[in-house]
Amino acid sequence: MSITRPDVDVVIIGLGWTGSIMGMELTDAGLNVLALERGGERTKEDFLYPKPADELKYGVRLKMMQRPKQNTVTIRRNAEETAVPQRHWTTFHPGDGVGGAGSHWTGVLYRATPNELALKSFADRTFEPGFLPEDMTIQDYGVTYEELEPHYDFFEKVAGLSGQAGNVQGEIVEGGNPFEGPRQNPFPLPPLPRTLTDTLFTEATQKLGWHPYPYPSANVSGAWTNPYGMQLGPCNFCGFCSNYGCLNYSKASPQTCVLDALKQRENFSYRTNCEVTRIVKSDDGETVTGVRYRDGEGNDVYQPAKMVILASFPLSNVRLLLLSQIGRPYDPVANTGVVGRNFSYQITGSIDMYFKRHQFNPFISAGGSGQVIDDFSPDTFDTAKHGFIGGSYIYTTQGPGGAIGAVKVPPRTPSWGSEWKKNASEHYGHHMMLGTTGTNMSYRDVYLDLDPTYTDPHGDPLLRMTYDWKDNDLRMTQFMAERMREIVAELKPDYHTESFKQVGDHFDPSHYQSTHLTGGAIMGTDPNTSVLNRYLQHWDAHNLFVMGASAFPQNMQHNPTGTVAALTYWSAKHIRERYLDNPGPLMAKEDPANA
Amino acid sequence: MIRILSRMSALALVLGAMTAQAQGADDHDQALIERGAYLARAGDCVACHTAPDGDDFAGGLAIESPFGAIYSTNITPDPDAGIGRYSEAEFAAALRKGKRADGANLYPAMPYPSYARLTDDDLHALYVYFMQGVAPNDHQPQQTDLSFPFNQRWGISAWNWLFADQQPFEPNEQDSDRVNRGRYLVEGLGHCGSCHTPRGIFQQEKALGDDDGDDYLAGANLNGWLAPGLRGGGEDHLGVAGWQAQDIVDYLATGRNAHSAVTGEMTSVIENSTSHMSREDLAAMAAYLKTLPVSDSTDIGSERRISEQKTDQTEQQLRDATALDEGARLYLDNCNACHFADGRGGSGVFPALVGNSQVNADNPTGLLHTMLAGAQLPSTSERPEALMMPGFGWRLSDKEMADLATFVRQGWGNQGSPVTPEDVKKVRNSMDAREGFSGNPEATGANHPDDRAGASAQ
Repeated sequence: MSITRPDVDVVIIGLGWTGSIMGMELTDAGLNVLALERGGERTKEDFLYPKPADELKYGVRLKMMQRPKQNTVTIRRNAEETAVPQRHWTTFHPGDGVGGAGSHWTGVLYRATPNELALKSFADRTFEPGFLPEDMTIQDYGVTYEELEPHYDFFEKVAGLSGQAGNVQGEIVEGGNPFEGPRQNPFPLPPLPRTLTDTLFTEATQKLGWHPYPYPSANVSGAWTNPYGMQLGPCNFCGFCSNYGCLNYSKASPQTCVLDALKQRENFSYRTNCEVTRIVKSDDGETVTGVRYRDGEGNDVYQPAKMVILASFPLSNVRLLLLSQIGRPYDPVANTGVVGRNFSYQITGSIDMYFKRHQFNPFISAGGSGQVIDDFSPDTFDTAKHGFIGGSYIYTTQGPGGAIGAVKVPPRTPSWGSEWKKNASEHYGHHMMLGTTGTNMSYRDVYLDLDPTYTDPHGDPLLRMTYDWKDNDLRMTQFMAERMREIVAELKPDYHTESFKQVGDHFDPSHYQSTHLTGGAIMGTDPNTSVLNRYLQHWDAHNLFVMGASAFPQNMQHNPTGTVAALTYWSAKHIRERYLDNPGPLMAKEDPANA
Repeated sequence: MIRILSRMSALALVLGAMTAQAQGADDHDQALIERGAYLARAGDCVACHTAPDGDDFAGGLAIESPFGAIYSTNITPDPDAGIGRYSEAEFAAALRKGKRADGANLYPAMPYPSYARLTDDDLHALYVYFMQGVAPNDHQPQQTDLSFPFNQRWGISAWNWLFADQQPFEPNEQDSDRVNRGRYLVEGLGHCGSCHTPRGIFQQEKALGDDDGDDYLAGANLNGWLAPGLRGGGEDHLGVAGWQAQDIVDYLATGRNAHSAVTGEMTSVIENSTSHMSREDLAAMAAYLKTLPVSDSTDIGSERRISEQKTDQTEQQLRDATALDEGARLYLDNCNACHFADGRGGSGVFPALVGNSQVNADNPTGLLHTMLAGAQLPSTSERPEALMMPGFGWRLSDKEMADLATFVRQGWGNQGSPVTPEDVKKVRNSMDAREGFSGNPEATGANHPDDRAGASAQ
């Protein structure tokens, strides 16, 4: 049956990082805010020691994630293939429940660089005309690093970011990342303690003339009280980070950084197990009037609202816009429409090294522990010479992979049985990893749309992903593999193994790669090529704002959470300072330059 | 969690027949109402005069006393169920003298010996607030029905004559305004002595102010928990005695400070009362407490400074992790993640165990209760995060719990006595099985959200 609930000022779809932040900002503005969360309640009590320390439950069975039987995505590599559904999560892990991905993330917290936010302009300045592949559709974000800087700065205080600044107000600081954009303040907290793998990486990369710095970590290095009065405790390197809720109040998350403060506010409320199925358009199509959702008892509920904030995972954001028929769906053949356009991913690779002479302690690990170089970022060297646009960071981490899952054994060891055990025991504590995480450009034939065949249990089409690797990005990751081999040569392990994509490889979703899925509802300054304007306001419905990495026009080398949060604060600022007094488009469609 | 168990605190039995003058609220009174509301916070009236899940001030909370349960009354201005018919003079007599409007005595669960300190101005503001700022509520709470002879309220007159000095507050001219303000709040509305001053054989507080003997705020046993001594200038001592004034302010405002975090009955005091007070008033209370010297009778868990050498020894033992006794091993497996090898936790987040008054208390009940059931900090406006410590009762046997408690009470130079499995069993048996915050994966919580019934937090 259908129920209509009392009107609210704002409905927020999804109570993860961006929903929580918007909740704070819009209740601060005096609005009556309701958040609807598809998954269940998840409080600190769910993360009490030792509940999260269960590798089978969370690391293997992925109990923090969305259930594929509720909703999944179909995947194909090109328009000639038939997409098939992910029936269990492999290559990425979409979260579920209060806290969302912010509860199960690793805790690596980065900013974008100034050039990454204006990549098309950078490319036009840097490369000869015709250098970029014809089907590459990269764009500028429409918002600059200078505009986002105060919001990065604030979120880093919310999250208790631990690390070493490399550029404070234009001054390069020894030991930090000299290639980062200028920051107004040093990091809130010092870096996490170093492990032996960090020390080896640092020595090797310094010998090579590069600039190692500590991973910027939202697994905090000390006790921290954030601007909301919320508190984090020092990380103890237990290693239950990615895929787990933190058992020690050490990983920044909506639970540890926002929600108790938000729940104190009388003008905030939230409902769990409420899956929004449509954003409802007004009769004239100029605005939205609220949302329809299915509650925990299976009721169909209409929730009217003056504003809607879409704050779910990027894939869910795009699917809900398509199902709600808000914004024109992207058509790669005709090259028209925008919703689903510029979907991108992230390209990763790794090397595992074995050292009989070193005794590491893999029992000690934290998601944000590690050392990094940014010497091969998109704008730090002549990429054209090597035939690509883009770049990667290269790092080592004693990061979380699970006490059992992270055990490394020599090649050709069986994956179970007495020989596995023997090798695992001999090799435990002798492996060190090198990783690379890099940019992924956007392309005309890489996109999201609604699947013509598969539906969810309620009969709504699943989201379909059409995705493959492109030569530009594969050449980039091959270049990184060569640099990493230089590190291997410095470190002289007994042997090493490699895992890199080769030019000509196709997308293989059978193993985990990254949950950094971006684009599909991108921001920009031109309604013909973006879903949102530069304030994350929907071009076609001025009272609908869409948060999250679905706004990225292409993916950056670094991890997205910092930019996702900074964009949320940026959008909130413009909602509060301009939109509320005078609701309407914050940018004119016709002449973006006037905005 | 049981909010108030035996705290001898506010209780007014007030079914008066007198007619109160009807007073309409006007704009002029608004400031007075707000001041009265603030003072009611400072007096923590709501804590006792509200039943679990009941409406504020509508009464009905059972306060266990050695003589039986005393039920708090409805102090809303409802003319029949509450105090709506009280004149200001009758209201004043109830607060200061423990007399209800019909002349009968209130049980001294109501801290009228402390409230006697109230100034006329503050009493007036409280009266205006309760008459005009609180909504009438016709809830009729359960009546107190003690057995003979404790049902003979006239007998309390003799108690009052002996133990309730009933003097309004007089500032001490040698002290600063701030210290005088602090003394007024601590001795009066704050009624801190109700828990923190030891009681004599007639259940009277042994001292009602610092001029009444150095038992005042010297620490007391509250159902086995230490309500620690609040005396001490901030040097050379453990526990509250060793805290600086700012530590006390932080603790009262947020339930946590650089050293410690609240557990037990004090949690609700912070939640309902002190976290709503101004920083100025809290600083005044702290400044006053710091003027009280440690006395011979002061119970701060332990009186001597912690030996740095012993602190280092325990830390080294845990770091080496080679020669571990059972207690040390259990510490590493259960406690070290937050409280760390140095036993100092994380400032403002994880309480220090070194020098902690609950850890060092003669009676280990408070410590054992916390270890068995866990604890949760109150969500206050300055520190909203209701940080939770998991209980370990589900995974540690009485023997293990005793070994662990003994290690914690004697590690790092702490000076608590050993704990026996029988001690643990006694505390465990006294607890409600549902009490606390369990880390047990099989209990609640960690199931996937879609395993749960549809919940609505609105």
